[in-house]
Amino acid sequence: MSTETENPNADDTSEVESPPKPVVKKPEIVPVVIPAFEKSISDKIVEKFGDKVEVGFVKEDRVRINVGRENVHDVAEFIRDGLNYDHVESVSGVDYPQDNEIEVVYHIGSYDDSSLARQILVLATRAQRETNPIPGNDATRLPTLRDVFYSVEFHEREVFEMFGVFFEGHPDNRRLLLPEDWADLPPLRKDFTIKGR
Amino acid sequence: MTFKLPPGLALQKVDERIMTLNVGPQHPGSGHMRLIVQIDGDYIVACDPDPGYVHRGEEKMAEYRNYILNIPHLERPVIHDSCNVLYPYVLGAEEIIGIEVSERAKYVRVIASELNRCIYIMYWLAIYGIFLGHSTMFMWPAGDRELLIDLMEKITGARVTHAYFVPGGVRNDLPPNFEDVCLRQVNYFEKRIKEYAAIFYDNPILIARTRDTGVLSRQDAIRYGTTGSVLRASGVDYDLRVKEPYDVYEELDVHTNVMKEGDSYARSKIPWLDMLESCNIIRQALQKIPKSGSVRTKLKPNPKGKGLDSVYKRVESGRGSLGCYIVSDGKVEPYRVKLSVPSFRNLIALPNLLRGEKLGNMPSVYWSLNYWPVEADR
Repeated sequence: MSTETENPNADDTSEVESPPKPVVKKPEIVPVVIPAFEKSISDKIVEKFGDKVEVGFVKEDRVRINVGRENVHDVAEFIRDGLNYDHVESVSGVDYPQDNEIEVVYHIGSYDDSSLARQILVLATRAQRETNPIPGNDATRLPTLRDVFYSVEFHEREVFEMFGVFFEGHPDNRRLLLPEDWADLPPLRKDFTIKGR
Repeated sequence: MTFKLPPGLALQKVDERIMTLNVGPQHPGSGHMRLIVQIDGDYIVACDPDPGYVHRGEEKMAEYRNYILNIPHLERPVIHDSCNVLYPYVLGAEEIIGIEVSERAKYVRVIASELNRCIYIMYWLAIYGIFLGHSTMFMWPAGDRELLIDLMEKITGARVTHAYFVPGGVRNDLPPNFEDVCLRQVNYFEKRIKEYAAIFYDNPILIARTRDTGVLSRQDAIRYGTTGSVLRASGVDYDLRVKEPYDVYEELDVHTNVMKEGDSYARSKIPWLDMLESCNIIRQALQKIPKSGSVRTKLKPNPKGKGLDSVYKRVESGRGSLGCYIVSDGKVEPYRVKLSVPSFRNLIALPNLLRGEKLGNMPSVYWSLNYWPVEADR
């Protein structure tokens, strides 16, 4: 072994340059463009109701309005008469145990007004949540929108049995999907857990 | 007794003339669903639909599984239309996770969902035929449906439950030489379903049984919030593929079929016209589809939402507009998944349509709603 030949391994450990670090591209911040037509819809509602309503978001084709339970009926009437929305596509409950509230979300659309055909207006309101629910006989209550939008009839019945939100003024607050003798918690609440999970 | 009945269990006193009749849940005329019908002689006075016999808690299950694991079970409500049932969920999950879809994958999705629409409508047509006593109309669609099922089997490997759409595209690419096979089958299929007109839709017996029964006016169709073929049979021009085009429907020429009568006959003819339109869409998509490219964008193993977020996406399924509302709280599982299904939305029209009809017209009105009990129950 001559001194000329160098052990490549020994050399590498001492003098090799560290490879250049990959350049991390920072995501470009795209300015949020608020679509004009959707903005005009939310503006009309804010103009009418002032600080009783809160605009959740204004996205492409979707406008979300949060409203307290005492004003939800008035806002819904304005949405039907003033903004030409005519049917409710979906009524969803969302349980928030940490806030002690249950959110009920109405997705409202329009068939008659062709300019609103793409639009969905999301109307969200919240009901007080009871830890030990007695569906129909506790404080978890909301005013019904059935007299404003006929199409919510079965949807509200479903929210009643799945979350225990009683709709005051609904003509037919019976069970729909669950068996008549269901005696457990309303099943879509977060504290109703699936066995083994 | 001072015991107060909870709301929903109050008893109803029935007149002596009026008889209460339970149709279902085992009766084949109603599917997995009970119709509590009150009849005066031969006429229906009131009808109270009682769904829920096949409620499987899909929405609850979806809160326990991550965005990928939800795919195989969320398509179960309508296995014959499984691509379209998954479609809004997949579109919503893509927005929540933040992932792009390639152009070729979008076309593959359109082809698969149109094939699925035809498969569903053929199944429904077979049932509609047999409940009107037309055995040939049961045999023919059930047989011709196999053509398209074979095509879907070539694409996805499964005959009915495909689990084919995933966030980021579709599960696997089309098989080689698929375009030619598909075009040939679809052309034959179209020729075949055009023959149904002579035996079924122009049949004087069918027309006599379904004309002017269960008439739904345009105003009521809008007020009840009905959707799909029920809505379009009542003269409302509304199809999400045209009104709110998703994926590549914008680039395709889609014609909306509308009829003005609003009776059972119109409601049963619209789906058949939709199948002919689907054949057109498939042929356009086969021409325009990019010949190569990836069909699936890579995902991280456990994709998460970007934080507090909610999306509502909707597509036009075989029965009407199908929406999916997903709430995410930034975890791997969705916080809440709600399916807003067309069958459930159309159900509200049933009591109003049956009031005043003869009991014998009940099957034709009920099945003309394009109702799928399992989907309504979820």
